[in-house]
Amino acid sequence: MNRKWSAAALAGALTLAGCSSDLPSAPAPGGTSESAKTKSEFFDETEFERQRRFRVAKAVGLDSQDGAAKPWEQALEPQLVDTAKYAKPGGGYHLCFSNASVDNPWRQVGFKTMKEEVKLHPEITNFTVLDAEAKDDKQISDIQSLASQGCSALIVSPNTTATLTPAVEAACATGVPVIVFDRGVKTSCPVTFIHPIGGFAFGADGAEFLEDEVKPGGKVLALRILPGVDVLEQRWAAANEIFSGSQVKVVGVEFTNGDAAKTKSIVNEYIQREGKIDGVWMDAGATAVAAVEAFQDAGAAIPPFVGEDQQDFLRMWADEKMTAIAPTYPTYQWRTPIIAALRVLGGKQVPREWVLPQPKVTQDTLGDFIKQDMPPLHYAMCGCEAMPGYPAPWK
Amino acid sequence: MRARPRLADGTGPVLVVLLVLLVALAFAGPAYAEPSGYLALLKRAAPLVVLAVGQYFVIASGGFDLSVGSLVTAEVVVAARLVDGDDANTWWVIASLLGCGLLVGLVNGLITTKLLVPSFIVTLGMLLVLDGAVFLWSGGAPRGALSPSFRVLGRGSADVGVLGQVPWSVVVLLVVVVAAAWFMRSGTGRMLLAVGDNENVVRLAGGRVDRLRLLAFVLSALLASVAAILLAGFAGVSAQVGEGLEFRAITAVVLGGVLLGGGRGSVVAAAAGALSLEALFSLLNLLGVSGALESAVQGVIIIAAVAYAAHGAGLRRMLRRPVPHPA
Repeated sequence: MNRKWSAAALAGALTLAGCSSDLPSAPAPGGTSESAKTKSEFFDETEFERQRRFRVAKAVGLDSQDGAAKPWEQALEPQLVDTAKYAKPGGGYHLCFSNASVDNPWRQVGFKTMKEEVKLHPEITNFTVLDAEAKDDKQISDIQSLASQGCSALIVSPNTTATLTPAVEAACATGVPVIVFDRGVKTSCPVTFIHPIGGFAFGADGAEFLEDEVKPGGKVLALRILPGVDVLEQRWAAANEIFSGSQVKVVGVEFTNGDAAKTKSIVNEYIQREGKIDGVWMDAGATAVAAVEAFQDAGAAIPPFVGEDQQDFLRMWADEKMTAIAPTYPTYQWRTPIIAALRVLGGKQVPREWVLPQPKVTQDTLGDFIKQDMPPLHYAMCGCEAMPGYPAPWK
Repeated sequence: MRARPRLADGTGPVLVVLLVLLVALAFAGPAYAEPSGYLALLKRAAPLVVLAVGQYFVIASGGFDLSVGSLVTAEVVVAARLVDGDDANTWWVIASLLGCGLLVGLVNGLITTKLLVPSFIVTLGMLLVLDGAVFLWSGGAPRGALSPSFRVLGRGSADVGVLGQVPWSVVVLLVVVVAAAWFMRSGTGRMLLAVGDNENVVRLAGGRVDRLRLLAFVLSALLASVAAILLAGFAGVSAQVGEGLEFRAITAVVLGGVLLGGGRGSVVAAAAGALSLEALFSLLNLLGVSGALESAVQGVIIIAAVAYAAHGAGLRRMLRRPVPHPA
């Protein structure tokens, strides 16, 4: 092989590296507390305050206020809208679902929960699902193709907000009730938009916990997955806001790409660099166990940790007697769109924006959420334990 | 008289770079005042060094292996599913991972040598095939779990008197590097390098070029499997574990002064290149440079090292005094 060929090959390799890389093209906020103090462009004071209010507000059931409703049937400050025009009594419903993807454990647990929810309702005779495999263009054509399949109601979990908006508007125009959940769209045409409180609340839950648990001047390491994803940016924006008003010192903000090995190396390097880390904040718990292991392997004490409600982290938390908290983005929200669809088809009112409670796992409730026989990446807040098929489909 | 052992072309500079980085680390971080800091660095670097050694065999023989990163991901995800947290499964799963590596290497090598498809294309195809297969099989979210005994190699350490706790991955690293250096000094190893230099000469001299090339791909994939076992042990299951590893390994090899296109460079230098890369990233982190710069640094290194390799030889020749040939 001559040198020209190898040069051409290398150029190709570099181009490919550029294309396939998930890393940010712009330099990320550096690992200093100074840069951490600048406000994120994703920070929205009004929305932050609204989500803070939701965290302490009491969620209510839609039909009775007596608290008999389960969390996935409850709503925060609901503004009910009339759905009589969609009413289609008699059952025999054909529900359609355009799913963004099932490419991470959170979506897998959620989707399984949704399928089990469908089984609970005999009036649903047909459930058609199209998986967009995380591609906007595929989801646009999925929604179009569902429009011609005689759906009684269309459920959409959008892959991205802006790009999917016209497709959802077009679906609304066909007269089918459209229900959007998880990520939103920029149109008010869907009957209801279902989501938990949100990213600001998630980020704040963890940051406030560290504010309490880490002594003044203590060093906090913040680990994030990727920049630029609005849900994740909101989590960090809220945490950043809280940290900058507190006595703790953020010694680093690093991106892990969701990779356990990279996470472990980063944490290991920070332990070596700082001598001691007094708290770890994470925007998602997928690599929390790897981060904890870095402390174990370095022979350092495990500091207060912010994780998520995945079984591997909860077990580690209990086994190592850690000081920790697990904010959740509850997977039980996948049950709600089915419930909402049946309410709409039954002519019952639904909230225009259906905000679900977003609980966190704390030391006091940890024992309730550990399920030793469930897979390590199972999300505890699935609201699925009492479902008839449990636990087989989630394994 | 035996020739005095001398360093292969390009080994010197990378050793100097490595030494400078290691000394800089000692100044930058208090953790590097003790051997344990360097052992932790070696432990982090072990998978990359193993991968770089494998990549070296392919590059030295005139090819590229772009499939190693996705092979690592595939094997880690498969291992978690097969082991499923049960210690009883550890050993047969490790054996079958190595078997998988062997198979992938054979396919890469046979398509390159028998169907005469450039290795760059073959292994790029393999990268996409493995990526797609893993996604299809796992749906993007790994299932199952690794057993504690599976993780010992990547995570655990052995008690060695003087040095304290020596991680198993460092032991694996040393074994791989020593074995590779020994292999490159053997007749087959020299022939492998000669294939990268001028395969026609090797063929005319009676060397089996295809077999040597095939061997390089098999070794690369086997070592990628070893790296997968180390990485899975180090950090557990993740569907992102192999992302970008192929370019990291190529950067390491190039940093080690190995000529892209083959024919020149030493395996020890490639290993030192991998270690330097890891040390450099650790140093940048200690100095507070954001981790996001890593890929940019990698790009600069790959271009600078290849440019040096292209022009450096002429530069060295100019500087070197003519040596009289022995009669």
